[in-house]
Amino acid sequence: MTMRLNVEHRTHYTYNAPVPYGLQQVRLRPKSRPGQLVETWDIEVLGGQVEVAFEDEHANSVDLVSFTPGQSEIEIICRGTVTTEDRAGVVGPQGGFVPLWLFQRSTDLTKPGDGTAALVAATTRQDDDLSTLHALSALVLSRIPYSTDQAAPDLTAEDVITLGHGVCQDHAHVFITAARAMGFPARYVSGYLMMNDRVDQDASHAWAEVHVPSLGWVGFDVSNGISPDARYIRVATGLDYRGAAPISGLRYGLAGEAMSVSLQVQQQ
Amino acid sequence: MCRLDGMAKQTQFFDEMTGRGNGPRAPYEDYCAWFKNEDTARLLAKSEEAEALFRLIGVTFNVYGDPDATERLIPFDLVPRIMAAREWAKVAKGIEQRVRALNAFLHDIYHRQEIIRAGRLPAEMIARNDAFLPQMIGMTPPGDIYTHIVGTDLVRTGDDEFYVLEDNARTPSGVSYMLENRETMLHMFPELFSKVKVQPVSQYPRSLRRSLSACAPNACEGRPTLAVLTPGIHNSAYYEHAFIADQMSAELVEGHDLRVVDGRVAMRTTRGYKPIDVLYRRVDDDFLDPLTFNPDSMLGVPGIMDVYRAGGVTIANAPGTGIADDKAIYSYMPDIVEFYTGEKAILQNVPTHRCSDSEALKYVLDNLADLVVKEVHGSGGYGMLVGPAASKKEIAAFRAKLEANPGNYIAQPTLALSTVPILTEAGLAPRHVDLRPFVLVSPDRIEITPGGLTRVALTEGSLVVNSSQGGGTKDTWVLEE
Repeated sequence: MTMRLNVEHRTHYTYNAPVPYGLQQVRLRPKSRPGQLVETWDIEVLGGQVEVAFEDEHANSVDLVSFTPGQSEIEIICRGTVTTEDRAGVVGPQGGFVPLWLFQRSTDLTKPGDGTAALVAATTRQDDDLSTLHALSALVLSRIPYSTDQAAPDLTAEDVITLGHGVCQDHAHVFITAARAMGFPARYVSGYLMMNDRVDQDASHAWAEVHVPSLGWVGFDVSNGISPDARYIRVATGLDYRGAAPISGLRYGLAGEAMSVSLQVQQQ
Repeated sequence: MCRLDGMAKQTQFFDEMTGRGNGPRAPYEDYCAWFKNEDTARLLAKSEEAEALFRLIGVTFNVYGDPDATERLIPFDLVPRIMAAREWAKVAKGIEQRVRALNAFLHDIYHRQEIIRAGRLPAEMIARNDAFLPQMIGMTPPGDIYTHIVGTDLVRTGDDEFYVLEDNARTPSGVSYMLENRETMLHMFPELFSKVKVQPVSQYPRSLRRSLSACAPNACEGRPTLAVLTPGIHNSAYYEHAFIADQMSAELVEGHDLRVVDGRVAMRTTRGYKPIDVLYRRVDDDFLDPLTFNPDSMLGVPGIMDVYRAGGVTIANAPGTGIADDKAIYSYMPDIVEFYTGEKAILQNVPTHRCSDSEALKYVLDNLADLVVKEVHGSGGYGMLVGPAASKKEIAAFRAKLEANPGNYIAQPTLALSTVPILTEAGLAPRHVDLRPFVLVSPDRIEITPGGLTRVALTEGSLVVNSSQGGGTKDTWVLEE
């Protein structure tokens, strides 16, 4: 089954004072790969300009955007069409130069602690890795139900376990941390999901991928309790949110920031 | 014959002037002929003159961890360390081989990691190495050079025995002392240089400029613009940063002088922003770019790693080269040289016990009084134990640290470092030395300045030559053929 998805994703930052200098690293260019064909994709920046574009170590396409000096707003607009295919979440073998052991490293956001240990202990080991990981995914969701209360971008996996609920990003962090503790290479994925019942999506989506010897990378969307299908567009991967964040920036001055996102994903 | 008061009985260590105490070796003959007609009092006066000169120029450094830290002068001894052209040629050949291997190794580690696939280096050596930067994976710097400026530390134990102590592929310092030491000697003893033909070192700044320019990125248009990035005046090596910039006609900049402009890293000038092609940075990796590394860094340039990865600037040395300075990696250098060059290493490695290995650890703990123990990420003589020179109490304290975190340490036998005489009130007296030659790597050649910086332990019997631990320096001569 394939789908042809149109995306329009606007991220709008406003500041309560002019920003003298600022930079944003933008990881918002999906790439063609087995199961995902990017037909068109454009990034437009209002109030800034693209300084350079490069591929990072995870082969993410990155744009470095600078603020036009003295602006008090900047908007990054992505528009594109992507054809996707349902491959039951299987992404395939690790390509490029990144050694698999790197995906077993813990990061500040994915440092295992007692909460992770308890999750791992409570996960029933199945005969095959895939079933074990699905069991882990279900366990994470049952212990940490989806809730947008207190959503914050910088919660660690252990914070989320203590809090007892979370959003897709939190689920991905907890799942990655536990999968690594079980010995699997695991990574964070940011991307888009077309929710069936609506055109306007709340926000961009996040899930996890785990490397299993027989299949390579396999996706797990803990929040929705499934492996990604044709409704998912993979945009960037990293060891955690910070490595795959759609936009991460730095700016001079003391201006306060407000952000709004509008995202439409619809089937053509 | 030199007045080698108190030197004749030296037989335990190889003395570079007198061998095993049998009178001047060939490279020192002309110097000794000059020296015997000199008056010790006049030379001691010259010594003070040299110190005044250094103070005037401002060649100073700071010692970390010293609560009374003020700028200090590194003591200079005016008896040169002398090598024959033939001795040097062999050393230089060995260094060149090693530096070639280092660059190939760094490329490999950040690409296919063939050396790990081949089973010649355990993956943990990289996985546990703090200096390994994932952001460099897949990145080929302009000209495929990772370590542009290398300071291979050597020690000598005999007529034909040299060991590499450290590779210093990250940021070797001290080249300003090499240049100032020679300048001072030429100034004080012009007649000596007409009697003894010494290969010059003064071309170093020009060579550095040429070598860095040869690594300019594709984005460079016309003659490359070079700059030296310093953490600022509070850095212990600030003098050297300013000196190098001045000597090679490059700008001396701090992080806040630079920003990303039109896809390049550019410096603020009175006529607007000017793009930098090659940045010789003396800022550590972690502080280089708050957008990619330590977000709290005020010393770096936000976005420079992005411009670098897009091919808009050359960073020398490349980020992530520090993996090669890890002392556990050092212990694999003979394999690394052989793997990438297909030849046996010309220069020897000091046999190294990796304390992460339980058998090695047992041996080290049983023999602490005879060994030198170092932190794998350490440098500058900080945090090390010199067993033979340490008290029982110091050894006991170190034992506790070692047992708590064995993977953090390596141990080596205490080498019988060669000595070279220094001038004391009582005449010449032998002191232990090492040597840091300075190596420049560009795509078309590897250039090694003849000689380098000789560091000397001024305390009698001491084997620690670091300036932070009471070491001094000497001019280093490689004779013309």
